[in-house]
Amino acid sequence: MQQEVVLAMLAKEPSHGYELRTRLARALGPVAGDMSEAQMYVSLTRLEKGGFVARVDAPAQRSDRKVYALTPAGQERVTEWMSDVSWPRPDLAEFHMKLIAAAQAGLADPVSLIDAQRRDLLRRLREVGLAVMEEEKDSDAALLLEGIVLRLQADLRWLHACESAWTKRGTRK
Amino acid sequence: MSDSPTAVVHARGLRKDYGSGDGLVRALDAIDLDVSRGEAVAVMGPSGCGKSTLLHLIGGLDRPSAGQLSVAGQRVEELSERALAYLRRDEIGFVFQTFQLMDELTAQENVELPALVAGYPPNEARARATALLEQVGLADRARHLPSMLSGGQRQRVAIARALVNDPGIVLADEPTGNLDSASAFEVLSLLSKLHAKGLTLVIVTHDERIATAADRLISMRDGAFIDETRLTGGSRGTLSTFAEWQS
Repeated sequence: MQQEVVLAMLAKEPSHGYELRTRLARALGPVAGDMSEAQMYVSLTRLEKGGFVARVDAPAQRSDRKVYALTPAGQERVTEWMSDVSWPRPDLAEFHMKLIAAAQAGLADPVSLIDAQRRDLLRRLREVGLAVMEEEKDSDAALLLEGIVLRLQADLRWLHACESAWTKRGTRK
Repeated sequence: MSDSPTAVVHARGLRKDYGSGDGLVRALDAIDLDVSRGEAVAVMGPSGCGKSTLLHLIGGLDRPSAGQLSVAGQRVEELSERALAYLRRDEIGFVFQTFQLMDELTAQENVELPALVAGYPPNEARARATALLEQVGLADRARHLPSMLSGGQRQRVAIARALVNDPGIVLADEPTGNLDSASAFEVLSLLSKLHAKGLTLVIVTHDERIATAADRLISMRDGAFIDETRLTGGSRGTLSTFAEWQS
């Protein structure tokens, strides 16, 4: 994820790192991992240096925490980010080349590489699938986890196609 | 290999042929399988790979052509038809793709029926069915006919029915095959919950999502096991890789 995520969360209102971390954790659920408040402050400091956020006066009752707000440049960056349609692509080409190189140079049996990859994806699918069941229905995190499940299922389907194709090639030789 | 005392299913060299002579079809060949008490095993594979045949043999709906098979400690190939019927009734719970509920009976009556057949007094059968419908989240649908229930609800009734005689193992053949994704999720959640409470399960499925909820996944092709993946253990902590932070 990009730093723009932190910026975009600040668009709602000026906040301190702890609160941003809490909101992030709620939205991501188990996917949030162990991103700490300290890491959030590292991001904020970096964004501050870049001129995208600026410190503002903290409300009197919590004067011990640094509160950040978007600068006009930060605001502009968020607007650009919102309308950006670039999409993260899984690197299928790399795995595809691994199979081709394995077959051409006799480095490994492509079918066993596919099987090993499939096992790994199946274990991931299990972990995400179980996490979905633990989520509150219709929570933000459940929606994200559902997306990850569908993505893994699509990858598994492609591996299945790879397996059929490479099994056929193996028997042709 | 020794017969593990916790094995609910123990099969060695299991084979099943249909037809004979030129028309001989070997549906299963050289199958070794152990299913421990409390374990959930998923079986996947293309249509015609023999996975349903395997389920039918374990469930005592059909007999092996060769090999040995024990279910709940009983050697299936040595049982009379009558003893096999008792084994099916007392130790096996079936869940089918098409639910197989009796249309003219209510949800409650569908669940009660196998308990009555097994000889439980009517009030005991009723109490069991009530408790199970509660457990599958359908206490308020007990008096509904199957036609008044959604697909997911019908399958949950079928699961309650499969459990009514406290079977040693539940066999599910494509339990979500006829359901939309939301209903499939209901059924998956229920099976996971029951498994967490100790239910032993063998599930045949096309859906990786269902399969990966099991402890072990077996892939079949042309009547044989071609791969086995242990899904439990050693795989935690990959979730956060889906939100890696670029700093």
